[in-house]
Amino acid sequence: MEKRFMKGCEAIAEAAVRGGCRFFAGYPITPQNEIPEYLSWRLPEVGGAFVQGESEVASINMVYGAAATGTRAMTSSSGPGISLKAEGISYLASAQLPAVIVNISRGGPGLGSIQPAQSDYLQATKALGHGGFRTMVFAPATLQEAVDLTYNAWEYAERDRNPVLILMDGCLGAIMEEVVLPEPKELNYQNTEDWDLSKRNGRTDSHMITPILPEAALEMLNKFKGMSYKMWEMTDVKVEEYMVEDAEYVVVAYGIAARVAKEAINTLREEGHKVGMVRPITLYPFPKASLDNLDYTRVKGIIDIELTIPAQMRDDIELQVKGRCPVHEYGRSGGMLLDDEGVYNAIAEIVKGGE
Amino acid sequence: MPEYKRPKSLMPMATGYCPGCMHALATRLVADVIDELNQKDNAINVVSVGCSALNLYSWAGDVIGSAHGRAPAVATGIKRSMPDRLVFTYQGDGDLAAIGLAEIMSAANRGENFTVVFANNQTYGMTGGQMAPTTLIGQRTTTTRFGRDAATTGYPLQMCELISVLKAPVFVARYALNSPKGVMDAKKGIKKAFQMQLEGKGFTFVELLTNCPTNWGMSPLDTLEYMNTNTIPYFKPGIYKDEEADA
Repeated sequence: MEKRFMKGCEAIAEAAVRGGCRFFAGYPITPQNEIPEYLSWRLPEVGGAFVQGESEVASINMVYGAAATGTRAMTSSSGPGISLKAEGISYLASAQLPAVIVNISRGGPGLGSIQPAQSDYLQATKALGHGGFRTMVFAPATLQEAVDLTYNAWEYAERDRNPVLILMDGCLGAIMEEVVLPEPKELNYQNTEDWDLSKRNGRTDSHMITPILPEAALEMLNKFKGMSYKMWEMTDVKVEEYMVEDAEYVVVAYGIAARVAKEAINTLREEGHKVGMVRPITLYPFPKASLDNLDYTRVKGIIDIELTIPAQMRDDIELQVKGRCPVHEYGRSGGMLLDDEGVYNAIAEIVKGGE
Repeated sequence: MPEYKRPKSLMPMATGYCPGCMHALATRLVADVIDELNQKDNAINVVSVGCSALNLYSWAGDVIGSAHGRAPAVATGIKRSMPDRLVFTYQGDGDLAAIGLAEIMSAANRGENFTVVFANNQTYGMTGGQMAPTTLIGQRTTTTRFGRDAATTGYPLQMCELISVLKAPVFVARYALNSPKGVMDAKKGIKKAFQMQLEGKGFTFVELLTNCPTNWGMSPLDTLEYMNTNTIPYFKPGIYKDEEADA
């Protein structure tokens, strides 16, 4: 264990190396450049490989190749680049290859802006590529959480033979915080040797890795994946519930928005208002129970706060609230930031209006 | 007399290619060379999209399918992770010279230590015979019904010529598979490319001129003469770059 004061992107990069990442390919795009910059010198130190790809498309396909050898592989980008990686992520899903993809998100749609925004929730949770597959989506709110989630991301990716997405906005990518870095993992490749191309650990059998299957086999794969997603909902949901026990108003927010909202909630609590927060840490699987199981004889309103306009998580929230109380939303967008005053006022207006 | 047997690197099954298609021959040559170099268990075949994807099912060693045009990127990820393995891509001309142009040129320019086997039949075979980046001027396809017109579609891309001007590649050669001599030379070229890779010399590229009787609308026999009079004059066989010979 080692304490360091690190920038968000660099903390993710170091956590990846300690989590066993030995291959990275990426293409420059703001605001995530510190990840490839850091790994360009750090990976060779541990016998890993870094490639600056000719595009995001090439980079994700390099990750696909490395992952096929059982090597823990990663790429990172931001919204426009993640769109380009959609092809390769779909192929990872169909070829059942584990990999970790990091999206340090910025203003959208399109080229949008290079400033922070939570503009990729829908892309991350609904359709990270074509073909109707899902990936686990981790959304840290602190750099320590980013380190811990990244460090363990391959355990999920290899268990499910499916890519994992870490979604963090450009704000968290750029800030510096103290982090405790876990010990580097010992790699034994036992999770992948049954199917990978490596012939590691004395294996001699040849393997086929394929993104295309005969119809019946493809249907089987899709049924299997469907079962995986159900399992995630039962075993892998991560959520922080903050002062919801007696809350009459519940904020739902993740990542940077949750941090700003927590400040506002603390102020409102000091003023005597019963406000709490549900903070999804896994955006997929979504923490359904945290919202479904609220006591709606007490809860008067849900407030979805996101660094994007319009709110993208709202549909997932409303599916759990089921009309039992009003759902409100507040956000900023385009690279404009959430500030304490704006978030406080947005929540206070709803809370005070309802009392 | 040497016995003519099925290569160990191929599964005991039909390839699935149309009768008279030279993809089957090209695949066989690659498999023969890998057998001769005793690399069956060490090789990783990176298959692309198009008719070449049929090799996914007939290959007996390690094999991976990749997205359209991306085989050189996939091979980069594999080779950087497993530098001791013999890694090669097997790609067609639509795959390599259109949608995958960035990937092939960049991998070649980085000098990635793997081999590209490029089967050029001047058409998109799997999708039914559309114009490829390599389709000859005047050649009729389903998207150039009156023949390819340079005024609107440009000229057929000559990949050996393009790649051989890069500094990093160490072996770049083109062979035509429509004659016994062409086939024998192609096999030597593939072997040399694989050997150079095994010696860690760098990027090697072997183009094989092939046919497509189905989409050219010809009997397999007629394609042989067509290649002599049309394909070979534009896509000239030869060794375009050989760092070993130049040294």
